[in-house]
Amino acid sequence: MLSSINAPENTGAEQVYIKDASFPAPFHAGLEYSSPARGTWNIVHTGMLIPESHQIFVCAYGCLRGVVLTAAEMNALDRYSSISISEKQVLDGGMEQLMIDGVKDIIEKLSYRPRAILLFISCQHFFLAYDQQYVFDTVSDMFPDIRFIDCYMIPTLRKSGITPDQKMRIQMHMAWKKPEVKNKNQINLIGSNLPLYAHAELIGWLKENGITLRQIHDCKDYDDYLSMAASSFNIYYEPLVHMAAEDLKKRLDTDSCYLTFSFRKEELLEDYKRLAATLNLEEPNFTAEIEEMESAIEIAKEKIGDTEIVIDYSFTFRPLSFARMLLEHGFHVTEIYADAFAADDKEDFEYLKEHFPDLLIRPTNRPGMRFVHETADQKVLAIGQKAAYFRGTDYFVNVAESGGYFGFNGISEIMRLMTEAYNEKKDRKEIIQKKGFGCESCI
Amino acid sequence: MKQVVVKTSTYSSDEFGVCSALYELGGMVVMHDASGCNSTYTTHDEPRWYDMDSMIYISAISEMEAIMGDDEKLITDILETAEELKPKFIAIVGAPIPYMTGTDFQAIANIVEEKAGLFCFGFQTNGMEYYTKGISMALRELTDRFCIESVPKPSDRMRVNILGATPLDFSVNGTVDAIESWLSKKGFEPGCCFAMGSSLDEIFLASSAHVNLVISYGGLEAAKLLEERFGIPYVVGVPYGQVFSNLLGNTIYQASMMNRHQIAYAAKMEYGSESKKQVAIIGESVLCASLASAIEMEHPELNCKVLCPLDTESLLLRPGDQRTPEEDDIASALKKADFVIADPLYQTLCPEKEFISLPHTAFSGRIFEKEIPILIGDLSALKL
Repeated sequence: MLSSINAPENTGAEQVYIKDASFPAPFHAGLEYSSPARGTWNIVHTGMLIPESHQIFVCAYGCLRGVVLTAAEMNALDRYSSISISEKQVLDGGMEQLMIDGVKDIIEKLSYRPRAILLFISCQHFFLAYDQQYVFDTVSDMFPDIRFIDCYMIPTLRKSGITPDQKMRIQMHMAWKKPEVKNKNQINLIGSNLPLYAHAELIGWLKENGITLRQIHDCKDYDDYLSMAASSFNIYYEPLVHMAAEDLKKRLDTDSCYLTFSFRKEELLEDYKRLAATLNLEEPNFTAEIEEMESAIEIAKEKIGDTEIVIDYSFTFRPLSFARMLLEHGFHVTEIYADAFAADDKEDFEYLKEHFPDLLIRPTNRPGMRFVHETADQKVLAIGQKAAYFRGTDYFVNVAESGGYFGFNGISEIMRLMTEAYNEKKDRKEIIQKKGFGCESCI
Repeated sequence: MKQVVVKTSTYSSDEFGVCSALYELGGMVVMHDASGCNSTYTTHDEPRWYDMDSMIYISAISEMEAIMGDDEKLITDILETAEELKPKFIAIVGAPIPYMTGTDFQAIANIVEEKAGLFCFGFQTNGMEYYTKGISMALRELTDRFCIESVPKPSDRMRVNILGATPLDFSVNGTVDAIESWLSKKGFEPGCCFAMGSSLDEIFLASSAHVNLVISYGGLEAAKLLEERFGIPYVVGVPYGQVFSNLLGNTIYQASMMNRHQIAYAAKMEYGSESKKQVAIIGESVLCASLASAIEMEHPELNCKVLCPLDTESLLLRPGDQRTPEEDDIASALKKADFVIADPLYQTLCPEKEFISLPHTAFSGRIFEKEIPILIGDLSALKL
């Protein structure tokens, strides 16, 4: 039944060698395409990390559609409800009452009592001049045992101001209150969708120093999540979390340290040194971990050899750092799929421009990419779902958002995953269409 | 409460209905939206996205462009992409934010059409209506612009077009193919299908049909236009089950002979009988009413009632059927049912009832897509 329309002669599939690319956006902005690779998280996935919380989205059907089915596909429809905006609210007002009555109706019909409600508003609210304070004050008075957290589905701000993902990282900690006493032996890793790799050296090093690293993923209930507010310090390694860390400093007076998600030994050691100084700890000795990482890289290189490697931005926040590390170790990296780069990757961009000028940069969302789904003549190893899709290879590392593989041990594990991916085919179509890498999925 | 959904899903919306209806015709469809529409539609509502290329894009409108009403950027981006990709036509589709700022899509379409030299549609959708309305708008406009001339009809066999086919209602499980096969078996010549499996060139020839078969609400407006413009009568119904599909086949012949449109399931055999088991069927009006009639004809011990949460016309429902736009309406109506036939995501509203799963892509998206049965000419997969 399905037969493809003829691809146009000129697919408009742009690409640029890194030597000719501009930073941070190598491609012209215009209409956008969305590939079927769906491993990255959205605000529903992130919000579900708060234990015993319930989400209520207030928006148009078209916007509700994506979020309700995100919840349903992760088997969490029982933690999701919605209030749809109709033309009546747009033309006649009444948004406040609709939200208040709607929230009340939902809470009364739920089969459980949530400890927190994430009440999401949408772009439309910004154009309606509705009284948000009144809505949240009223529902909070009605249900004093429930913490209402204002959350935002505002894709119009995707390219300016605080993006929805940045805002979500702030709001997911909004229920935390300033503690009377902070726990010096407890620090948080904040803002990440995926938990830190269980064997990361960071966890062991802190433990050796009597410090427990807390993560939202380990919280067994809402109180446990609230108790993270008592941590004396926050660590984060995603650029999206800068504003959340600043907010926690402002509200809870908790200092933080940003560890850039680098794949280069020197940069990682520099960050660890800085963290140790901030925490008044001795500089860590990761000689064994580094040796193990170098060995893992060597083994992977031996197995993978000169096989072509392509990387996409959904795999890691630092695709250029990752590409640089691989290229410096002799891997045959040929392409990077990315629409823009984070500021952290600037130095690596310049390095690659100088030392590997023929590295190809390809977009993922330009219209012509609709017609790019190549069939590789020779084996191609893709790192990330989008790269696998565009290059048409079943040999790929299925990881999104870095997978929590931070640090030397994280790199060792990525090398193992690369070797595994090189040896074993995966069901590309089945795997990459699942939403939210690492989340439960019923499809 | 109105506009509140506590436990179930939300149906697909009007802008996605437009995209679904135009998907296979070689056009370029641009949703004037910031971000979410593209991934939402292509992930949940478009089972063809992985295997079948189609030029569906978003404009990626930013807050400033929305506030300042920067239509020029939209027009420039569309023209630039059309120049590269050479679509057969262009459709510009509204979303919530352009609706808030009063974007005039018809005016933008007129400008693009003039500059690009291609047919261009402007759809005043807003994301606040159901997909059924979007399909209806798209198929009507398609008919209006592309079905202009009267084409000679074949003399050997009666040609029948299919109107209102999209994966949102019929999946890609072979149901539409089965409808075409059923037409052939009944002695008809399948004409074009609006709009699965037919090219734009085939749609051009729609006026060569003797009868149009409307298989969902989304196809009705196009059928009315074809009747008005070319005098082609239409018949409403989906050939479910053996007995009802026989009736539908006869109705198509009758419509052609009488030159008058008909609804195949209009005459309900019997309803309201307390002695029968009460069956509630939730979903799109034409599909569910056809199914209800098909079930009643083969299972006289059952009395079916359609609960329709979506847009429809009262004539497309049978006596006793009910419009149920809200979750509360459905929950209340289900209390009287002995068992329920519906998308599995409705089961939370009636956990104690006997439930027959009939997944509907427009409601649960891709979650149960492998479990959608083909019921054309044969109800056995329903396991009643």
